[in-house]
Amino acid sequence: MTQASDILLQLDGVSKRFGGLAALSDVSLHVRRGEIYGLIGPNGAGKTTLFNILTGLYQLDAGHFTFAGRQFVRCKPHQLAHAGIARTFQNIRLFPNMTILENVMVGRHVRTCSGIWAALTRHAAARSEERDIVQRAHELLRQVGIQRHSNTLACNLSYGEQRRLEIARALATEPTLLALDEPAAGMHATETESLKALLQDIRASGITVLLIEHDVKLIMGLCDRVAVLDYGRKIAEGVPDAVRNDPVVISAYIGGGAA
Amino acid sequence: MKIREKMLPTKRNAWLAFTALALLLLVLPFATDALLGRGWVRIVDFALLYIMLALGLNIVVGYAGLLDLGYVAFFAVGAYTYALLASPQFGLHLPFWIILPIGALLACLFGVLLGAPTLKLRGDYLAIVTLGFGEIIRIFLNNLNAPVNITNGPQGISQIDPMRLGGFSLNSSQELFGLAVPAVHLHYYLFLALTLLVIFVSLRLQDSRIGRAWMAIREDEVAAASMGINTRNIKLLAFAMGATFGGVAGGLFAGFQGFVSPESFSLMESIMILCMVVLGGMGNIGGVVLGGVLLVLLPEALRNGAEPVQQALFGRTLIDPESLRMLLFGLALILVMLWRPAGLWPSTRRQRELEAHDGEAQQEQDTVYDASK
Repeated sequence: MTQASDILLQLDGVSKRFGGLAALSDVSLHVRRGEIYGLIGPNGAGKTTLFNILTGLYQLDAGHFTFAGRQFVRCKPHQLAHAGIARTFQNIRLFPNMTILENVMVGRHVRTCSGIWAALTRHAAARSEERDIVQRAHELLRQVGIQRHSNTLACNLSYGEQRRLEIARALATEPTLLALDEPAAGMHATETESLKALLQDIRASGITVLLIEHDVKLIMGLCDRVAVLDYGRKIAEGVPDAVRNDPVVISAYIGGGAA
Repeated sequence: MKIREKMLPTKRNAWLAFTALALLLLVLPFATDALLGRGWVRIVDFALLYIMLALGLNIVVGYAGLLDLGYVAFFAVGAYTYALLASPQFGLHLPFWIILPIGALLACLFGVLLGAPTLKLRGDYLAIVTLGFGEIIRIFLNNLNAPVNITNGPQGISQIDPMRLGGFSLNSSQELFGLAVPAVHLHYYLFLALTLLVIFVSLRLQDSRIGRAWMAIREDEVAAASMGINTRNIKLLAFAMGATFGGVAGGLFAGFQGFVSPESFSLMESIMILCMVVLGGMGNIGGVVLGGVLLVLLPEALRNGAEPVQQALFGRTLIDPESLRMLLFGLALILVMLWRPAGLWPSTRRQRELEAHDGEAQQEQDTVYDASK
């Protein structure tokens, strides 16, 4: 395999400003197929902004990014989801008054095609598509370990389970790149451990994972490579151990004097 | 086998209930006529029209969560389409089964036209803009009598053709199976059939890929878009479907009344329809039907009952029934919002059977990532 086809996501000089604030300036990085790529940095470093650009919620001001060999300019969120980028949110955004199963079924929307006519007539093809959606949703709930609750409303789940449900819903869109925004936030040690197992399992199924996380232990144990953002700039990139000992990174986290 | 034995009685009960309901709906106009008088059959007819409208608005407000305060505009489009194509106004006299689909299509088109500019708006802002659109349509109807007279302005259009199929007119008493069926009863059966169709369409949509997409947008539009839902198209679809129902109801209204004028399509009507949806139970078809029935029948009952009751109690009429109606209506709204904020009959998430392919033990096995294990 050549180097080029090995790279799934490539960012070149991506910048994003909000008024006078440069949320991202000139960020370039690439994510290889099949790896777990960590994105860390202090609060306000621009990690979530980067996610919002990748998923079409924000439009970038300068630079460009290519995903799976295709350049995306001014694309809508649903187009990027269709292209194969799925995400979870830092502040969980489920569909609270839909059941858990329905939440995941919504994720299948982008890979299915039944319209009004199919809904009204429920012809054979529509019925079989609906069956597949339900079945796939059940499989995904089982994969993330919350299948026993499939008929409860999403808002009744515990915090950790809601995070899992978000992952299941994202997986339902059949992503090539799964972007997780602080999946371990607010989890206790046991939950984080089982999340780690889940992420390894997801990677093993061939999905590339882009991970924003503050839990250093999780990042170090899980990621193949890590990039560090600070004030919208990439200040370091590499294998976790090298990054952890990089004086620039240490000074970004602890403060200017430490370098 | 055990399951089958347990299932059978409930299934039989369901069929019994269904048959009883069907019979009730079938004899309802005759029973109403005998017990309460013909005027009440007419009120029941109107209740059916409002149920159709409320179900249409339920798609926009209840499913997709788009607060539309100008919904009556689509009712008006349907009604005026019928009025213009089957009255002496232009000398056109098309049969109703051609006009109804045309009215529905036009209303659908208006739904998309009025929906498109509001796509980026949410909540209060959407409500204000749709309210404006509703008023614009009414004001247009009010003023399109000059320089070219299209809608006949505030006088409205009268002498609208009754609905008829070949020689069978719904506007005169007909002999059916040796039974004299008056015109209001005939309209009842037509409205009932179309209401059932609208309920069927609502039910099917609710449980479909499209219905889930609507609800996802209602719950969290950003998350819905990130999950690959084309929010623009799906929202337009909701506006279009809701407007279509409104257009059908409008056509029926015009044919039934024989007369339309802009004052039937005021903001108050939009609000009444919205109240039916909200009071009954947003997003729940049964609740919306209940809301429609209550909000049409109760004011009428009050109108007819308030005066005699006051006469009997106080010997004179203290409060004019019309103002009493609005008073009690407001009170009812407040009480419902206090005690049943989700509506009288709120939507309950249906229980989906777990796919049959594994038992309890297997599930426990699979819970490898469950932190509680």
